[in-house]
Amino acid sequence: MKKKFKMVDLDCANCAAKMEAAIKKIDGVTDANVSFMAQKMTIEADDDRFDQIMKEVVKACKKVEPDTQILL
Amino acid sequence: MNKKQKRMLFRILLTAVIYFPLLILNHTLWADSDNWLFLTAVFLVPYILIGWDIIFKAARNIKNGQVFDENFLMCIATFGAFGVGEYSEAVAVMLFYQVGELFQNVAVNRSRQSISDLMNICPEYANIEKDGVLEQVDPDDVAVGDTIVIKAGERIPLDGVVISGESYVDTSALTGESVPRRIAEGDDIISGCVNGSGLLRVQVTKEFDDSTVARILELVENASSKKARVENFITRFARYYTPIVVICAVILAILYPLISGEVVSEGIRRACSFLVISCPCALVISVPMGFFGGIGAASSHGVLVKGSNYLELLDQMETIVFDKTGTLTQGNFRVTKVAPVSGVTKENLLMLAAAAEKYSDHPIAKSIQDAWKEQFPGEELPEQIEETKEVSGHGIEVKINGKKILAGNEKLMKQYRIPTETPQGIGTVVYLAEEGRYLGYLLISDTVKPQAAKAIRELKQIGVAKTVMLTGDKKEVGEAVARELGLDEVYAELLPGDKVEKVEELLEKSNAKVAFVGDGINDAPVLSRADIGIAMGSMGSDAAIEAADIVLMDDDPSKISLVVKIARKTLAIVKENIVFALGVKILVLLLATVGLANMWEAVFADVGVSVIAILNSMRALKIKKK
Repeated sequence: MKKKFKMVDLDCANCAAKMEAAIKKIDGVTDANVSFMAQKMTIEADDDRFDQIMKEVVKACKKVEPDTQILL
Repeated sequence: MNKKQKRMLFRILLTAVIYFPLLILNHTLWADSDNWLFLTAVFLVPYILIGWDIIFKAARNIKNGQVFDENFLMCIATFGAFGVGEYSEAVAVMLFYQVGELFQNVAVNRSRQSISDLMNICPEYANIEKDGVLEQVDPDDVAVGDTIVIKAGERIPLDGVVISGESYVDTSALTGESVPRRIAEGDDIISGCVNGSGLLRVQVTKEFDDSTVARILELVENASSKKARVENFITRFARYYTPIVVICAVILAILYPLISGEVVSEGIRRACSFLVISCPCALVISVPMGFFGGIGAASSHGVLVKGSNYLELLDQMETIVFDKTGTLTQGNFRVTKVAPVSGVTKENLLMLAAAAEKYSDHPIAKSIQDAWKEQFPGEELPEQIEETKEVSGHGIEVKINGKKILAGNEKLMKQYRIPTETPQGIGTVVYLAEEGRYLGYLLISDTVKPQAAKAIRELKQIGVAKTVMLTGDKKEVGEAVARELGLDEVYAELLPGDKVEKVEELLEKSNAKVAFVGDGINDAPVLSRADIGIAMGSMGSDAAIEAADIVLMDDDPSKISLVVKIARKTLAIVKENIVFALGVKILVLLLATVGLANMWEAVFADVGVSVIAILNSMRALKIKKK
C-alpha cells in the first residue's frame, strides 16, 4: 500500500534526506520518499502492518527533527 | 514571513544591537585586557540570546544518537572559539549562521510557494444538481452520470460533457495556452480549467480520482520521487562529507601544534573553522530546488515532467523520434483540395459529394460534410437523396435529384469505365461522376499541425542532431510530410511492433539519449522503451500518458524545444551550484588549514554559499518563452 502524508515544519533539506534514509531502514517499508520541496512524505509498506509501521516512521522522524510534524 | 520567522528576525536584530557596541569596545577599550573571565561573561550575553536554541537542539539530537549534526558542530566550533579567546568571532559565527538559516528558510518557502501556485489547479467543491436543487459537495462524492452546474468564474471540478450552456473556458492552468476555448453543448470539458462568463450544466463522465486534474496532481506530486543522478549523488555525498570534514578538523587540531611547534590554541582555532564549513546544506538544498524549479517552469507552460531524471536525460538527448499521426499532424482528415473539371463549380462538386456521403459515417465522409458546412455555411443540401448504395472498398452510388452520382476511388470509376485525371497532391482521393460524366475530385488528407514545422526547426537550432519520423501510413504520405517539416529520416508503413524495433535500432546506434514522441494507444510500448517518452496529453490515450515520462498538455510539439531549453538551463544551474558550493568550501578549508582564513570566511562558505546557491536555483523557475 502506498500512502501520502503532509508534513509541517520540515525546515531543512538535509533532515529530509536523513528521515528518508531512516524510514527506509524500518522493517516492512518497501519504499519511502520525503520531499522537502513538496513538504510531503510517501510511504510504501506492507498492508497488514501499515498502522504499526507508521508509528515507527513517526518515531524515526522525531529522532531526526523533533519539530517536524506528520499529519496522519 | 510567518510568525516563527518574524520572531527569529527580532532575535537577530536584538542580538546585533547588543553585539556591535561590544565588538567596538573589544577593539578599543578592552583591546589589551587579559581578563578572560570578564570578556567571556560579557560576550556570553549575546551568544546565549542568539544561540540558545542551537545548543538546545544539539543536546537533544545527541540524546537521539545524531552526532554529526550541524547544531552540535556549530556549538563545538563556537565553544572552541571562546576557549581560544576569540569571543567576538564566536558570537559572530552564531549570529550569521542564524541570519543565513532565516534567509534560507524564507527563500525556500517563497520558491516552494511560487512553484505550488503554478500547480494550483485542484477544485474545492462541485455544485451537484439533484431534483432541481443545487448542493455544494466535495468533488470526491460526485458519481459518474451526475449533473453538475458550473457557474461563471468557477473551477471545473470533474471531467464531463456539456449538456447545456455555452461559455469560454480558461485552460491556461493545464495547457499554458492563454486564449480561452469556446465550449458549447455536446463538447467535452476537462477538470482544472476555469469557467469564463457562462453557466454550464455538465454531465460527469469520470470520477474525481480518474479525472484529468487528479491525474495531473498525482503526476506532479510523484515527480520528486524520481531523482536525477546528480541529485542521488549529492545525497550520498552529503552523508560522507560531514564526518570527513569533522575528522579532518580533529586531525588538524592535534597534528598542527605537534608539527609546527606553535601553541595548541592555534590548531584549535583552525579546526573550528573546519567545523563551521562541515554542513552540506548548500548542496543538499540547492540541487533538488533547481530541479523542482525546472519542473515547475515546465508545468507553467503546460508540460508535465514526471521526474528530475527526465530533465537530466533531455539535456543529453540527441535523437528525437516522432510518430506522425496525432503528433506532427492533426490526426483528423480534412478536405484539402476541391478540383472540379472546367464547367463545374467548386460549390457544386462539394455539394454533390456532401449529399452523396450524407448517410455515411466513415471519417472521410465526415470530413466532406465538415468542409461543405465550413465553406458554404447556410446552404442546403438537395432534398432528394435516394437509393444510396455503399460499395465496400469502392465508394458510394446514389441518386440525387434523379441523377445517378458516383463518389469513390479509382476502382469505382474504372468499374464504370469513367476516365479520371491524376490528382495533384498527397492524400485520399474521392472522384465524382454524374450520369457517367467525370466531374472532378476531392483530396482529403491529414493536415500537418501549424506548429510542427517550427517545432522541428527549433529542435535543430538547439542542437538536436537527428529528427526521425515513424508512421504506419503509406510511403508517399510519410515522405511528403517529412519533406514539408524538414525531418532527417522517415520510416513508413510500419506496424506497431515495427515501431518498437525501429526505436531499439536507434537506441543502439546512438550514444546519446533517444526520445520518442507519440500519442496513440499503440504507442505505449514505444514510449516506455525509449529513453524519454513524450506523450500528447489532451488527445492521447490514458495508456500513452501513463507510459510517458513527459506529457504535453496542449499537444503542441513546439513545446518540446522549450522543455529541452528548460532542462538545459536547470542542469546548468544545478552544476553551477555544485561547483560553486564545493569550490568555495574546499578553498576555504585549504586556506583555513594554512591559517589564511578565519571564522568569518568559514561562515561565508557555509551560509553565504547556501544563500547564493538558493537564489541561483530560483532562476530555473523563471524561464520565459520567446
